[in-house]
Amino acid sequence: MVEGKLIQTEKLVKIYPMGSSQITALDQVNLVFQAAEFAGLVGPSGSGKTTLLNIIGSLDAPTSGSVEVLGGKIENLSHREAAALRNRSIGFIFQTYNLLPVYTAYENVEFPLLLLKIPAPQRKKMAMDALDWVGLADRAGSRPSQLSGGESQRVAIARAIVKKPELVLADEPTANLDAKNSHHIMKTMVHLNESLQTTFIFATHDEKVMRYLKRKISLDDGRVEKDEIIKPEVGK
Amino acid sequence: MIIAKLAFKNIYGAGLRTWLNAIALSFSFVAIIFLQGLYNGMNNQVEKATVDAQYAGGHYWQNKYDPYDPLTLNDAHEKIPGDLAKLIAAKKATPILIRQATIYPNGRFQNVFLKGIEPEQNILSIPTSVLTDDKESIPALIGSRMAKSSGLKAGDYITVRWRDTHGTFDANELKIAAVMKTDVPDIDNGQFWIPIDKMREMTAMPDEATIIVLEKGSSFSAEVDHWQHKDLEFLLRDLRALVLTKSIGGSIFYIVLLLLAMLAIFDTQVLSIFRRRKEMGTLMALGMTRSKIIQLFTLEGAMHAVLAALVAAAYGLPLLIHVARTGYGLPEASDSFGFALGNRIFPAFTAGLVVATTLLVLIVTTIVSYLPTRKIAKLEPTDALRGKLT
Repeated sequence: MVEGKLIQTEKLVKIYPMGSSQITALDQVNLVFQAAEFAGLVGPSGSGKTTLLNIIGSLDAPTSGSVEVLGGKIENLSHREAAALRNRSIGFIFQTYNLLPVYTAYENVEFPLLLLKIPAPQRKKMAMDALDWVGLADRAGSRPSQLSGGESQRVAIARAIVKKPELVLADEPTANLDAKNSHHIMKTMVHLNESLQTTFIFATHDEKVMRYLKRKISLDDGRVEKDEIIKPEVGK
Repeated sequence: MIIAKLAFKNIYGAGLRTWLNAIALSFSFVAIIFLQGLYNGMNNQVEKATVDAQYAGGHYWQNKYDPYDPLTLNDAHEKIPGDLAKLIAAKKATPILIRQATIYPNGRFQNVFLKGIEPEQNILSIPTSVLTDDKESIPALIGSRMAKSSGLKAGDYITVRWRDTHGTFDANELKIAAVMKTDVPDIDNGQFWIPIDKMREMTAMPDEATIIVLEKGSSFSAEVDHWQHKDLEFLLRDLRALVLTKSIGGSIFYIVLLLLAMLAIFDTQVLSIFRRRKEMGTLMALGMTRSKIIQLFTLEGAMHAVLAALVAAAYGLPLLIHVARTGYGLPEASDSFGFALGNRIFPAFTAGLVVATTLLVLIVTTIVSYLPTRKIAKLEPTDALRGKLT
């Protein structure tokens, strides 16, 4: 695991053209994330949470300013380099799970390892371990259509962490889940954060998620309103 | 290799959708091969039938004979010279004497060609043996088209009037010995075939002929005074030009069919790929490069085509072999095509046709898979994840 500073944004601006006008999604955002953080970007819809997450994850490029992730400037990365960064070091968890529909749970989890060209025996062990971490080893052969929402999100978590990335970015991971499943998932992620020292950054406005955060960054209209270290209300 | 594995997994995992695509695409394979085979078969059949019934191994024409000018027939006859007479005696050629005549069916008059031919000849596939049966009257053999246009049938008598070599009109009755069914209109329309000896007697042209038909495969092409050798290349020139014209029509149909197939494939691929744009966004998020995504989806398209080729082979091969053996029935009206088409066409499916069509559809499928994939893969990952189109 990387120690020390993992992510740094400086005067980060993201503007989306909207017809003849423009929408400023992020406005002069300066943030630093350390390794093994369990942080959340919180705020109302349209506050810039997802945009910031996407830029950190090299899925989107800033309009101006700088974002350094794992020592590399996102704005300077080519498409190929950005893909390599995501493949190697970043795991994504989406609100709608985004599991590949024709693959089984096992194959979904195995997929990032295939891209990393990890040999088959090792790949199998890592994928089964990841499914074991999220408590779904017994559902390895199920297709996404055969899984509940909670199970699907746990498979998505397993897929995000199977390669043991330095960073996991989770965009509203509990938005489609009930309270019981939300807590189960958050506990799983807290456990992985503590055991694997993986950095987790959430974009959320779900109170259930906020209760687990160790750092809460409040965004409003693309600006950082508050950045506070907090004691989680619940742990693993 | 990983791309191939993933493409296979996607195709296999898509289950029924994959099979529906493959089956729909397989129809294109089979339809294109079938129609092109039908055209090939038609072309082969037209030429073969014409050679068998009309041209055999080539002709010698009396110098004045012009098939496009009936007026030349008055003078286009001559005693058969020695070299050609020897061939005829050796059954390696057969003479035909042609004169203009008039018949009077049902009170009408109708201009026809009287063609004298040896009843025992077997150089041309015309059933002239029926002309030997009748010793009492002058037997005549006509084709079904001639029978239809004159209202004649076997056993009927018809008055015919002609001019002999001196230009004197003469008339007699012909008895229709048989009505033949032939694929070659040129030996049928407006023609009466009678025994050549009788014809020579009627026209006072002993030992004369208008054309000499050489046996098939004959290499005889010596120069003969007052006679012109016409090889098959020359005789078939018009027919081949006609076939070429029809083949161009066939090729246009082939291209239209291919375009339709391409459109169907394109629609299927576009729908499939655009429906999967969120999946593409996920692949990007997981670290797959754009070029790899394009390769993956393009390969999936190509694999659909390969699978379709296998499906087409499974039901298309037996079907096409069956049609090639039993032929494809044509409606009666196809006689009006103007050349030798049988009641049944036997399609000719060559290995070249099957391989070329398979490769063509494979290439087309790959291209139409590549184009929409390329467009979506150009999207920013965030747009693809949101399912945006542009």
